[in-house]
Amino acid sequence: MSKSNPTDRLYSKDHEWVKDNGDGTALVGITDYAQEMLTDIVFVELPPIGKKVAQGEPVAVVESVKSVSDVYAPVGGEVVDVNKTLEDTPELLNRDAFNDGWIAKLKIADADELKSLLSAAAYDALIQEEKH
Amino acid sequence: MKKTPLYEKHVALKAKIIDFGGWAMPVQYTNVIDEHRTTRTNATLFDICHMGEIEVRGPQALDLLQLALTRDLAGQKTGQVKLSALLNDRGGIIDDLTVYKMAEDFYMLVTNASTREPDYLRVQSILEEKKFDCRLADVSDKTGKLDLQGPRSEEILRKLTPADLKGIRFYCFSEAQVAGIPAIISRSGYTGEDGFEIYAAAEKMGLIWDALMAAGAPLGMKPAGLGARDTLRLESGMMLNGQDITQEICPLEVPYGWLVDWNKDFAGKTALAAIKDAGIRKKLVGFEMTGRGIARHEYPVTKNGKVIGTVTSGTFSPTLNKAVGLAFVDIEFAAPDTEIDVVIRDTVSPAKIVKLPFYKRQK
Repeated sequence: MSKSNPTDRLYSKDHEWVKDNGDGTALVGITDYAQEMLTDIVFVELPPIGKKVAQGEPVAVVESVKSVSDVYAPVGGEVVDVNKTLEDTPELLNRDAFNDGWIAKLKIADADELKSLLSAAAYDALIQEEKH
Repeated sequence: MKKTPLYEKHVALKAKIIDFGGWAMPVQYTNVIDEHRTTRTNATLFDICHMGEIEVRGPQALDLLQLALTRDLAGQKTGQVKLSALLNDRGGIIDDLTVYKMAEDFYMLVTNASTREPDYLRVQSILEEKKFDCRLADVSDKTGKLDLQGPRSEEILRKLTPADLKGIRFYCFSEAQVAGIPAIISRSGYTGEDGFEIYAAAEKMGLIWDALMAAGAPLGMKPAGLGARDTLRLESGMMLNGQDITQEICPLEVPYGWLVDWNKDFAGKTALAAIKDAGIRKKLVGFEMTGRGIARHEYPVTKNGKVIGTVTSGTFSPTLNKAVGLAFVDIEFAAPDTEIDVVIRDTVSPAKIVKLPFYKRQK
């Protein structure tokens, strides 16, 4: 069973989340539904600090035993921090995708981009649809 | 997509289904690592009904197979299985297949799923050209196959068959009932573990599946999908037809030189002998990543910045807890312990050539 999607953040249709820190930065990660679909995550490739990404561009790579998946930036910006813990314990994404499994911290380029994202309720509806 | 007789079982078990060469097959039921480790430590059950079976019957069945296949089958006894290669006229591998000797005038060829038709056509053309007194029958659609793999396989199967399982040695088989259904029980597989490949009528596979699940589940047996099958075979250094091996690859370029018996004639021999005389230029080797990242199919292999080969299979090995793979490399770099690099997306990551297999079970 997936964990419920926290209401303190926004979601992309590609199953990423972004949590606005209110100081011009935001944490990004993949959703619990995404980790459930990927199953056993065995490798995470993190972006270099200082890398600039546009909204919808790949910002990280997550690999299961079987598959290689891009993680798309739900919002554009500059990478100011990454979750180094994932390099040695990628399975953290399977255990806690919404909190300890955050992937990168971005300095948001344009806060208006957040308006294009989904609320927790809208994202719930999207994944219910995908399951059927 | 084509469905095996067990498709509904997989759906009921909530397996993730993928398109595998036109077949709707379960890739995983829970997750690949769990199914992989269960195979190594306990037992798992695989639906392998998509593979092909071709019967060869008649007084000259052996004559046909001797000419069609690279392996010398003259010494094969009834009840033995032999792995062999079927080559095209360029010496390339059409298939790596197993040959079951059912009787003096009756053999069964077990082919890969995607090579069933090419195999049939190749062997049939040799039969017609030489007018051998035997006939071929593609019985794939009416024949089902299950693989029960892992150290507890014998304990589980024993509950369902009167066959003397202890008496069936590796790469041998016996015809006996499984759950009351006539079957072929072969001690073989594609995982590197002890286990059995079980053949029976396609319409009876559901009954055998249910009986094995009921007998095995209390002991910890689980169903496993093609995802675990792939990581298990790769750890054991076994190649995947269509991915590591293609019709452009000859047995001398992969660890299949031992399948070629030069003391007899076989289709493709002239071309293969010419390749042997000229010397091969590339070779399939095993490697393990020493740097970060997981090598995958088609990633370039480099040495000092120059491309020297290509990854054909690569994964994270659940048993060894590291990334391993198979790659074709230029022959001068094929020796074990040679340091190479794999280009993973934009990063050049170091790796080292190692001897196969990566994993060998303790007997």
